[in-house]
Amino acid sequence: MDEHVAVSVEAVFREERGRLLASLVRHFGDLDLAEEVTSDAIEAAVARWPVDGIPPKPGAWLLTTARRRAVDKLRRDKAYAAKLALLQVDAERAAPAAMAGDELPDDRLQLFFTCAHPALPAEDRTALTLRCLAGLTTPEVARAFLVPAATMAKRIVRAKKKIKEARIPFRVPGADELPHRLPGVLQVLYSIFTEGYAATRLDLAEEAIRLTRILHRLLPREREVTGLLALVLLVHARREARTENGELVLLGDQDRGRWDRTMIEEGLALVPIALTGTPGPYGVQAAIAALHDEAADVATTDWPQIVALYDVLRALIPSPVVELNRAAAIALRDGPPAGLALLDDLDEPRLREYHPYHAARADLLSRLGRHPEAADAYRRALELAGTEPEREYLRRRLATEQEHRS
Amino acid sequence: MKYMLLITSAPIDSEQTGSQCTVEDWQVYDKEVKDAGIFVTGHSLADLTTATTVRVGPGGERSITTDGPFAETREVLGGYYVIDVPDLDVALDWAARCPGSRDGGSIVVRPIADFD
Repeated sequence: MDEHVAVSVEAVFREERGRLLASLVRHFGDLDLAEEVTSDAIEAAVARWPVDGIPPKPGAWLLTTARRRAVDKLRRDKAYAAKLALLQVDAERAAPAAMAGDELPDDRLQLFFTCAHPALPAEDRTALTLRCLAGLTTPEVARAFLVPAATMAKRIVRAKKKIKEARIPFRVPGADELPHRLPGVLQVLYSIFTEGYAATRLDLAEEAIRLTRILHRLLPREREVTGLLALVLLVHARREARTENGELVLLGDQDRGRWDRTMIEEGLALVPIALTGTPGPYGVQAAIAALHDEAADVATTDWPQIVALYDVLRALIPSPVVELNRAAAIALRDGPPAGLALLDDLDEPRLREYHPYHAARADLLSRLGRHPEAADAYRRALELAGTEPEREYLRRRLATEQEHRS
Repeated sequence: MKYMLLITSAPIDSEQTGSQCTVEDWQVYDKEVKDAGIFVTGHSLADLTTATTVRVGPGGERSITTDGPFAETREVLGGYYVIDVPDLDVALDWAARCPGSRDGGSIVVRPIADFD
């Protein structure tokens, strides 16, 4: 019984923590205070619920408890309270009917925009989003970025200080600003996903998907939000097939039977919605991922369509990485020589420091029987490659190329 | 909440003609700021060649330098506004509307410290 209650308590917190925090931030306009009383309320729940049972409206219970704590704190610190419009707080407290409903109000959209505010450094935006909306602790956020907890704590303190002292507002941008501000929020979520994906940190990738789902519920009509959700689902669906015995498995070599069909179906259903009107970069990338996920194998993949989508993508967001992926798709449509010529023409210094560039070149050289050059390219990729599964893959390919030599 | 908008002109080199803003642009903006009821204070600064720098050493000795030789490739603080608006987003909007934010110029928005 106790164990059952404990598990339920955890589930409620996981789901409600971000909501609770967002609500309190909107109410008190202070992130520090909101975080403190959110933790207080959860602590109180951990102590009380196993004894008293879970209240009929757990979210409302947490919110009421947290608000009372906040008001108590403000009473004790009068100078601070004066700044936070205590009168408004008291008025709300005198009217508990306002929160008698079952639903905890959802103010998380405001918080998404605050955490991803362009006035904050990019790395801080991601850290704050994980901390405030995903409910990760500071050490957990630090692990996500592979930095010491103390470094991350400083970063979060710095970001919160800027929000408070420069008065970055808690508000959803108006319709005229939204096109400029939404990409910043999506970028934060996508960077959490790609971080998890690159490091094969499934927990982080799943956290990004969870947050994207929340954003999608809050902004169901924004096509790029739909596009991002489709993209992360369609990519994450391949997670089980992406590594084998600690080695990276490229898309073409993956056992497609291990792909998550339910997740693919969910993503596929979103793609047409994301592509209505003028598609954005996430919608287009989702469409590319969809074509891969629908294909039975590399040979029957619709490469002409994928190349066409990369053409759209490079017009929307020109980048060396898009050029690289487009060249790889052209190699599969027109054969390795065409792809190799494109790769050799990509005169972009940043790309020369990017291991997938050398890995892609190596693969094409190998297909053309130019094994010594392929070995050189794999060696170069290995000098640059980040994660262990990637390195493991590159070492094996390099060894194969070297066998050709002897 | 008070914010200072520090108006920095674009570096003027031989290639560029510098700011394209007219006196009228500035007058219009100035009127808008005042009509909106957010103006606290603000001034345009005289040419950098008129600037003088004072430093006082540990022994109290005063050294006075001019800021020369006035290389025309650096950015120069040309003026400022202090405005009183609800939050940073509003301050950033006013900064974006300022003629000094265009043609290579920029505006640094800084909250005024509150020690109360």
